[in-house]
Amino acid sequence: MGVIFDNASTYVDGFVVTLRLTAYAGALALVLGVIVAGLRVAPLRSLRLFAAAWVEVLRNTPLTLVFFFMVLVAPQFGILLPLGFWTAVLCLGLYTSAFVAEAVRSGINGVGVGQAEAARSIGLTFGQTLREVVLPQAVRSTIPPLINVLIALTKNTSVAAGFATVELIGVGRRLSTANAGDPWVLVGVAAFYLVITIPAGLLASALERRVAFAR
Amino acid sequence: MTTSRRLAVALIAATALALSGCGGDGEDTPPATDGGDDGGETAEFPEGSTMARLAEAGTITVGTKFDQPLFGLVGPDGVPEGFDVEIAKLIAGELGIDEDDIEWVETPSQNRETAIENGDVDIVVATYTINDERKQRVGFAGPYYLAGQSILTLASNTDIQGPDDLSGKRVCTVSGSTPEGNLLANFPDVDVVPFGTYSECLEPLRNGQVDAVSTDNVILAGFAAESDDLEVRGDPFTEEPYGIGVAKDDVEFRMWINDVLEEIFADGRWTAAWEATAGTVLPTPEPPSVDRYED
Repeated sequence: MGVIFDNASTYVDGFVVTLRLTAYAGALALVLGVIVAGLRVAPLRSLRLFAAAWVEVLRNTPLTLVFFFMVLVAPQFGILLPLGFWTAVLCLGLYTSAFVAEAVRSGINGVGVGQAEAARSIGLTFGQTLREVVLPQAVRSTIPPLINVLIALTKNTSVAAGFATVELIGVGRRLSTANAGDPWVLVGVAAFYLVITIPAGLLASALERRVAFAR
Repeated sequence: MTTSRRLAVALIAATALALSGCGGDGEDTPPATDGGDDGGETAEFPEGSTMARLAEAGTITVGTKFDQPLFGLVGPDGVPEGFDVEIAKLIAGELGIDEDDIEWVETPSQNRETAIENGDVDIVVATYTINDERKQRVGFAGPYYLAGQSILTLASNTDIQGPDDLSGKRVCTVSGSTPEGNLLANFPDVDVVPFGTYSECLEPLRNGQVDAVSTDNVILAGFAAESDDLEVRGDPFTEEPYGIGVAKDDVEFRMWINDVLEEIFADGRWTAAWEATAGTVLPTPEPPSVDRYED
């Protein structure tokens, strides 16, 4: 157990990287995911198809494979991304965007069809309908599942440890090697993940209760 | 320039292999079997010793790697090749056993102690690092080679000739590995880039995203042997003594193998075996000195 306190500052270094990965990748995923969800309900068939393909490909691909593709395969096609943090953000953001899109789409589907029809009948464009009428109502039921997506993202950042990014898991592996495989090292790593995921989970349940009440 | 050197290396390797191949047939028998005293061999060994038993049987079971380029690698013909394999042949030769009478058994890292304890193999020559933990279960003759952490870089790279040139460079290794720990502890100016496996380091190395790859020279040599564009640079900067595993309580056999090793270190057969195999990619070192430790 002492190993955790002795190396507290090393843990914190890794924790900060994990936190930054989660924050940047989460922001990217939210932006991309909302756009893709919008495209999935777009009036143009080609846009709907593009968005559906985006979601299905990314959602059904193991995250490790997304990393492999970006880090080891893309260079063979002339796409040379900088190794490390920002590539990890890109991979995590792309992957998570598919899950965000699905959460947002289910929220959109939860808004009565009559709302969109009414909006169109008073002359709002598709964009306006989505922005002014549907999305504000969809957000309510979307936030709790989105928090779950972000919790999954937090844990998924660990995949970056195998691709030139030293975050919590990377730090944990180093400490484990330096301390002859002391099992407490990994307990410490788990504890730092919980620092992010448990409050997020509590926030999700609290919001869920508020949403249910408001209905 | 590189091509011609490579050609020369290949030629030397081919000649050496051809020579050792002939040796087995007992034609001029250079390194392995010491021709004439084959008959007297059995008598040399003390009654009841492992050496006497093996010499009598005329066969020996050797555990080695089947997948380690330059040390123990099975080719398409099913016969393992490499430095470990050559060392085993030399030992078998001293017992009067022809190399065609050696039975090769694959011993991956996690099976080596068990194979020796169960008596599945007589000796293990399989990039087998001597350490105290393993000495609890098996005996080690040797070391017959000191492996260690080294550096792999592009053949075209002129900046990096050894570990001292790594300062400020991006060096790829495996996350959480001992070589990563060594880099972090001993080379604070190195920018360590951790991946999941060593082979994943090669693509970034070729793309110029990292400057070098660092781990045990034996692993690096395997990569260099497979691709012309990669080279191992400098001497190892850590020490992993490779030993020959035998049954723990068979001290007599262990000491006899030590005698054989000292002999082949002295008469150049060790160097010849090295140059024909791992020496095609790695620099030729001085032979190590054997460790006749007491239990």
